[in-house]
Amino acid sequence: MTTAVLFDKVSRHFGPVRAVDGVDLAVVEGEFFAMLGPSGSGKTTCLRLMAGFEQPTGGHIEIFGETAEGVPPYRRNVNTVFQDYALFPHLSILENVAYGLMVKGVGREERLKAAENALAMVKLPGYGTRRPGQLSGGQRQRVALARALVNRPRVLLLDEPLGALDLKLREQMQEELKTLQKSLGITFVFVTHDQGEALSMADRIAVFNDGRIQQLGTPEEVYKRPQTRFVADFVGSSNVLAPAFVESLGYPARYASLRPEALSLGDGTGSVTGDRKRVTGTVVATGFLGAANRVTVEAGCGTRIAAMVPASQALPEQGSGVTLSFAARDLHLMDEAA
Amino acid sequence: MSAITQTSIMEGRSGTFGRLSDFFWRNPKILLFLMLAPPLLWLGIIYLGSLFALLLQSFFSIDEFSGLINYEFTLATYRQLLIPSNFDIILRTVVMAALVTLAAAVIAFPIAYYAARYAKGKWKALFYLGVMLPLWSSYLVKVYAWKLILAKEGILTWVFARLHLTWLLDAWLSLPIVGGNSLSISYTGTFIVFVYVWLPFMILPVQAALERVPGNLIEASADLGGHPAQTFRHVLFPLALPGIIAGSIFTFSLTLGDYIIPQIIGSSRLFIGQAVYAQQGTAGNIPLAAAFTVVPIVIMGFYLWMAKKQGAFDAL
Repeated sequence: MTTAVLFDKVSRHFGPVRAVDGVDLAVVEGEFFAMLGPSGSGKTTCLRLMAGFEQPTGGHIEIFGETAEGVPPYRRNVNTVFQDYALFPHLSILENVAYGLMVKGVGREERLKAAENALAMVKLPGYGTRRPGQLSGGQRQRVALARALVNRPRVLLLDEPLGALDLKLREQMQEELKTLQKSLGITFVFVTHDQGEALSMADRIAVFNDGRIQQLGTPEEVYKRPQTRFVADFVGSSNVLAPAFVESLGYPARYASLRPEALSLGDGTGSVTGDRKRVTGTVVATGFLGAANRVTVEAGCGTRIAAMVPASQALPEQGSGVTLSFAARDLHLMDEAA
Repeated sequence: MSAITQTSIMEGRSGTFGRLSDFFWRNPKILLFLMLAPPLLWLGIIYLGSLFALLLQSFFSIDEFSGLINYEFTLATYRQLLIPSNFDIILRTVVMAALVTLAAAVIAFPIAYYAARYAKGKWKALFYLGVMLPLWSSYLVKVYAWKLILAKEGILTWVFARLHLTWLLDAWLSLPIVGGNSLSISYTGTFIVFVYVWLPFMILPVQAALERVPGNLIEASADLGGHPAQTFRHVLFPLALPGIIAGSIFTFSLTLGDYIIPQIIGSSRLFIGQAVYAQQGTAGNIPLAAAFTVVPIVIMGFYLWMAKKQGAFDAL
């Protein structure tokens, strides 16, 4: 396993603002690596550090084993798909895609041919003569992708590339990106604030908050075994339970995460078997979500628990008493103490 | 619920103003017409009308013996422009205007680039102040100030002497064409003052154009492997070109038409503006003055046509 991008205690401070603060990570060659976090969490700054638009104020960066500090962007064999695409408005689509080859001195015939092929790869053949202004958002996104990939970069950086697209198009592009990445075998580093996008596309996810990595692991690890309250809440809006409440359920006094979909709703009657736990409370809110409904239950001591119940199940009245039960192994104790 | 009434359609403002607002709201085109009519009349009759009268004059000729205008259409006056002494004036002015424009663009670009990309808050205000301040003082005062700076006993000569570089100044002044007895009576002096006086007209449009270039295009170029020089050549310059053209229209046409600077600072050889001034004044040859005036208009038209053909406005 070759390491494509290595961060060793990398920091990027802007005056008193610690945009990136002591980040360690290793992106493996050929993987789809997602950096997930809310805005201002440092994920985009990390991407810019990889691209060379920012220089670290501390730590060490390597790209395929070579030191990257002080190396300008144009000397890195790394390409970026920008958030708002950054297509050159004065050039045609074909010239945009061929730009990287042009500045590297590839002959006109050859580079235009390569650009045509790249446009075909992103399913925009024959669009070469148009201008960026004449394309829709989704098409511009594909052009930006083709313009980066035509250079055959060793690492492709994607800065929230699907953020400006509508839901349907976004889901379609997610699949296409994943397929493209597998067929090309290029390392993708993908920045997003959409946890669903990160979970569905990435091989591994780094969850960022306040300039630090909160957790780094496979989507399953991050989703099922969040290490901090932040990760539990940000990835899939889990119920974060306070140590006192967790203790009352018969667990050690630690923070715990309980997924809304792990809970099933009952009317307070019936018994539970040994490997299931039960919580009683009153319904404070219900929400219709389509495929499933959300029921928020006040379970005493100010603990609110959200449960996803199947749409087939009748929604309880607000203020009615209910029980929530879950399999004992579904409650995940986090490392973070009080 | 006393102050807030429950009506769904509120009563209109009473009086003429109220009726007028409602009327204009329903007929916005009439309002537009009323607002545009005075400036269009001004532009159409006074400006374009006088321009047309000028054009008409240039097709008349002057009777050499009586000095009276012969109101018959002829191209004779234009032919007169081509005689060597007149053609020299045109050539001299065009070359000067081109050099002034080029120098202004080269000097303006870095200043405009700094102001557009890096200057923030206080520094940006300082930039605008610095660029605009010279425009607030009288043009004549500035030109006479430059005469003192460039004169033989002036500040510049003194500075060169202090730096032990008098030989350099003398060598420059001994050159043909650009040299002369002193800077204040040489083409070099005229050039320096032209560049100084018109520089703000170049900086401001270039700065406005650069301000509209998104920073991530520069990053994208670097990301794709473009060295700074390539980024300038392929991204920054083409996108700033409409601004440079706009600025060059100012510097070029202002130089083509100016008659005060070359009269105060420069050799006694005439520029187009001076020729127009002399022909319509002392010489009383209005048709020739008009023909001289048409020259810059034709040159500017040709210049803009070329710029458009070369794709200078593609980025707009």
